Amino acid sequence: MTITEPKPSYKYVGTRLVRPDGLEKVTGRARFAADLNIAGQLHAVVVRSPHAHARIVSIDTSAAEAMPGVKSVITGDDFPAVDSSHRQYDMCVNVIARDKVFYEGHAVAAVAAATLKQAQAAAAAVKVDYEVLPAVLTIDEALADNAPVLHSHMLTRGAEPPAEAASNVAAVTRFSGGNIEAGFAEADIVIEREFSTKPVHQGYIEPHACVADTGQDGYATIWCSSQGHFNVRSSTATLLGWETTRIKVMPAEIGGGFGGKTTIYLEPLAVALSSQAGRPVKMVMTRSEVFRATGPSPSTKIRVKLGAKKDGTLIAGDAYLVYSNGAYAGAGGMLGAMTVFESYNIANFGVEALDVVMNTARSAAYRAPAAPLTAFATETVLDEIAEKLGIEAMELRLKNAVTEGDLSTMGFPLARIGFVECLEAIRSHPHFNAPLAPNQGRGLAAGYWFNIGESSSATVNLNEDGTATVVTGSPDIGGSRASMALMAAEELGIDPHDIRPVVGDTEAVGFTDVTEGSRATFATGMAVVQACRNMVVELRGRAAKMMEVEVDDINWVDGHAVYVGNGDSASGSSGDSAAKESLSLAAIARKAKRTGGPLTATGSLEAHGAGPAFAVHLCDVEVDPGTGVVRIVRYTAAQDAGTAIHPSYVEGQIQGGVAQGVGWALNEEYIYAPDGVMENPGFLDYRVPVASDLPMIDAVIVEVPNPAHPYGVRGVGEAGIVPPIPAVANAIHSATGCRIRDLPMSPVRVLEAITAGGASANGS
Amino acid sequence: MSRVHVTCTINGDPVEFLCDGGQTLLDALRDEVGLTGAKEGCGTGDCGTCSVVMDGRLLCSCLVLAAEAEGSIVSTVEGMADGDDLHPLQQCFLEGAALQCGICTPGFLIAAKALLDRNPDPTETEVRYGLAGNLCRCTGYDKIVRSVMDAAKKINAGTGDHH
Amino acid sequence: MRYASPTTVAEAVDLLGSEPQARVYAGATDLIPQIRSGRPEPTVMVDLKHIARLCAIADSETSFTVGAAAPTADVCAHAGLVVAFPGLVEASSLIGSDQIQNRSSWGGNLANASPAADTPPSLVANHARVVIAGPGGERTVGVEEVAIGPGQTSMSPGEFIVEFELDRPPARTADAYLRMTPRTEMDIAVVGAAARVTLDAEGRVTEATITLGAVAPTVVRAADAETALVGNEPADDVLDRVEAAASAVADPIDDKRGTVAYRRKVAGVLARRAVVIAAQRAAEPQRGRGGQQ
Repeated sequence: MTITEPKPSYKYVGTRLVRPDGLEKVTGRARFAADLNIAGQLHAVVVRSPHAHARIVSIDTSAAEAMPGVKSVITGDDFPAVDSSHRQYDMCVNVIARDKVFYEGHAVAAVAAATLKQAQAAAAAVKVDYEVLPAVLTIDEALADNAPVLHSHMLTRGAEPPAEAASNVAAVTRFSGGNIEAGFAEADIVIEREFSTKPVHQGYIEPHACVADTGQDGYATIWCSSQGHFNVRSSTATLLGWETTRIKVMPAEIGGGFGGKTTIYLEPLAVALSSQAGRPVKMVMTRSEVFRATGPSPSTKIRVKLGAKKDGTLIAGDAYLVYSNGAYAGAGGMLGAMTVFESYNIANFGVEALDVVMNTARSAAYRAPAAPLTAFATETVLDEIAEKLGIEAMELRLKNAVTEGDLSTMGFPLARIGFVECLEAIRSHPHFNAPLAPNQGRGLAAGYWFNIGESSSATVNLNEDGTATVVTGSPDIGGSRASMALMAAEELGIDPHDIRPVVGDTEAVGFTDVTEGSRATFATGMAVVQACRNMVVELRGRAAKMMEVEVDDINWVDGHAVYVGNGDSASGSSGDSAAKESLSLAAIARKAKRTGGPLTATGSLEAHGAGPAFAVHLCDVEVDPGTGVVRIVRYTAAQDAGTAIHPSYVEGQIQGGVAQGVGWALNEEYIYAPDGVMENPGFLDYRVPVASDLPMIDAVIVEVPNPAHPYGVRGVGEAGIVPPIPAVANAIHSATGCRIRDLPMSPVRVLEAITAGGASANGS
Repeated sequence: MSRVHVTCTINGDPVEFLCDGGQTLLDALRDEVGLTGAKEGCGTGDCGTCSVVMDGRLLCSCLVLAAEAEGSIVSTVEGMADGDDLHPLQQCFLEGAALQCGICTPGFLIAAKALLDRNPDPTETEVRYGLAGNLCRCTGYDKIVRSVMDAAKKINAGTGDHH
Repeated sequence: MRYASPTTVAEAVDLLGSEPQARVYAGATDLIPQIRSGRPEPTVMVDLKHIARLCAIADSETSFTVGAAAPTADVCAHAGLVVAFPGLVEASSLIGSDQIQNRSSWGGNLANASPAADTPPSLVANHARVVIAGPGGERTVGVEEVAIGPGQTSMSPGEFIVEFELDRPPARTADAYLRMTPRTEMDIAVVGAAARVTLDAEGRVTEATITLGAVAPTVVRAADAETALVGNEPADDVLDRVEAAASAVADPIDDKRGTVAYRRKVAGVLARRAVVIAAQRAAEPQRGRGGQQ
């Protein structure tokens, strides 16, 4: 670990607590959504479109309804009409199609029956009459002049002049600074390259699942795994046209999400089916459904042009980004625009980003959404500039790296960040100068993610024995309960084992936004700290009562209310004064009834000051020149965590991001047949890395505390997936002389490049 | 359609259940027997989340018919600990932070136990290939591999003596 | 759907005779996913693993007999097979994970008739024979005669593979199998290549069999590559001709796993490498006296 700044010494923060939910998980007893069964439950399946683009002429459910065991059948008609101007229109019509289907796998109906087999048989008996429409399957097709337009209401947001006709371009985002023409005119070297990437899936191992039970009173309970159960509640209520209070969502353990479970698919269907049938309804996706009908990452076409002076100073940058977000509008392009040049000081820059739609599954967030793809472009062009100028890749980055006070792409000055520290951590790592074997190469790349804050709530309840329950509204996706326990322990001054951190349901804790944007430990951590500090205020008051002293004379020290009046508390030793000096948290808790009642405190806030996270990766590959197969032989990843509350899970987030990024770089992709049907909706042909595909991943935690967080936390969940694609690409270039600019860098593509003598498919 | 009656031993207990002829062992464990430690991640044998041991063989229970379990001895993650006494692999996974979301953990533990039963002192490469049938999307495998090797050391040193 | 577990070949034959929609299986690693994905269900699933003969691995002075349903994990753990057919054992070990290894078998791998199957190229290269049982009794044919196209076999309804027979290789003979997959494990061959060579005392190749998988509807024998090799030491110029001939005989398709150009080129690369490994093994001193125990 590299510690770059002096930091306060903590008693619990920074230790490697065994995670509170661990025992249930290693014994197989943890309850994930599909593990829940409720007496009387029905099983439901979704009828999905076999076409990528079609008008629904009619749906005949009569045969299905007549089949054995069938208790309810629903279609889009069973939900309130939703206008295209509605804020959540896309989510609503994605969950169940109304007049049109926009991708193969789009839900058109759902059937609940006594058994899964009966439901499957009945689903097959739902007759849907489609008028098949021409499908738009690539970015080029979506942008073509004569392209079929998916959404007749879609006018390009941000267009200048304002768009008058509908198109497949959902939005245009532009950022600029300085004078771009003058910048390029001053440059000694200008390199412009084009990149293309395919959709990839988060690949969480747990398929989406839920159980919903609508009571006779019309109030529904949903058990599901999601990254945000408050969002499940609001989205479901929106789709059904219900008041929010009618829905309670119980968070199950979540088996991975990485952004993919920030939106919903099944829950409103399950509630509607349950309402109709008067029985609980369970729904579990198959893996094929997960691939075809949930949200992969966008696909992209990106053009990046960079200009630099001979000494390596970047002077101009121009980027044109097109992100396809699948069937509905999304924010990929905008996020790409915010990240493409963020890591470096480029005085003159322009970015134009388009968000387009096409007939593939609606994209969802995937770990630092959009950023890995802009990093792929920027970091490989930088590598080429370094190569052509004869400057070391590391030196070029150090020379141009943003630091505190530099302006971000969006124009605000950056707070204290740790980019340079991450670069230096890699430069001083033994890996940096380690020898390479034949056919091996080394690639360096950096990545940035801004992280977010949003709303979080926490409640701290002190129990009569001096233990504490910490309730938050953030689903724990990578160990956040352990972090909450550590921060609460530090604040309250009690052992983390005496703290029970739990994820409360939507009625047990205040509103909390989705676990996304690396915000849980940051923002929900702030809410926990706030609740604990409120609790300490209360505890000091109670202690003052018990000691019969002024509350201002009480300090909270290491889990104890300590009397500091008269300035002699430290030396007192006899009789009454000893009792006055110090009361433990447990002693105060025991007497709570007599000092004012239950000890409970809350924290609810809109977290500001999320600290940008930077990551710098170094990757060694070995390329088989005969087959184009690339193996990762060594990997080191440095990342600024601000403060690592639980170092093991910070390392785990970094290592997991690297593995996903390597999969994205080398083999993962959605493959579509010409009619838009996904050809590889399973883990055999959608190739996520297996254990033997990877080496150990050396995670180097850099700690440059975020000044806006009480413990200096920056989010750590996302930045780690940003550098791997360019790190692998730069390593392949180092090994073979070939620059590959189209993902995935599969054996077929690598061998093509080697055979072509270093020229990539789209030129070099 | 008449159901198949199966008598077998699961985690040391005699168990009887009824299943359909085409029902998988995974579905029978989860839906008929009530053991939900084995999960379905893919249903095609590609993720290993449903790993169990039947008659000494590590299997994907999603690819085994429940009817085949007649007369067999089945071990699932629920039977790994001896009461409150965790298996060294479970202990090392906890201490080594080898789980994040935890959905793949039961499958990894079962597969790792089968690996160590066969090869008590594996190299890192042997662990990686031995666990290649189990997908984890959270950890990058690093801490899983380390934890398995730590458990092997513990078992070989006699400090993690178990069953 | 019913489940049946006959204990003799005759019982299984009778069952298949009386139930035309019955399906035999050993590992079911492909069959169960097929059924779950909506393919028509068989009326009876006939589990062959309770027939002792189908799970046995036996060897004699001159040959090996391997049950069609014997798990590849058992094949890979069989000391005699490991010594006699290192390449075939490698091919067997590549079928899926440890979990799959406990279910997959040569019989299943062959009867599935997937062009990308790992063991058929090695079985053909080693001149394996299969015993097929059916209503008309048992018959023995060459492995290469079983698969006739993707998913199609020459077996009649009611027939199934009972066991494989392999002669012990002669002196100074060994095989190798290589496949290309994007991942290290859990993958399907994009190209597979098996080679078996016999050397004379001077290190010249006297006999060679080179076969390719995943580059045609069925296993392809690279006869020109064999001709280029026989009579020569496996030196670079000879290997160049082997590589070119193997590439030339490949007749692959473009699909989600690879392109025609890629498969053709890599077929040559892997054939060459497999020949080199097989020849190195054949030259090992302990193979001087052949496979006789």
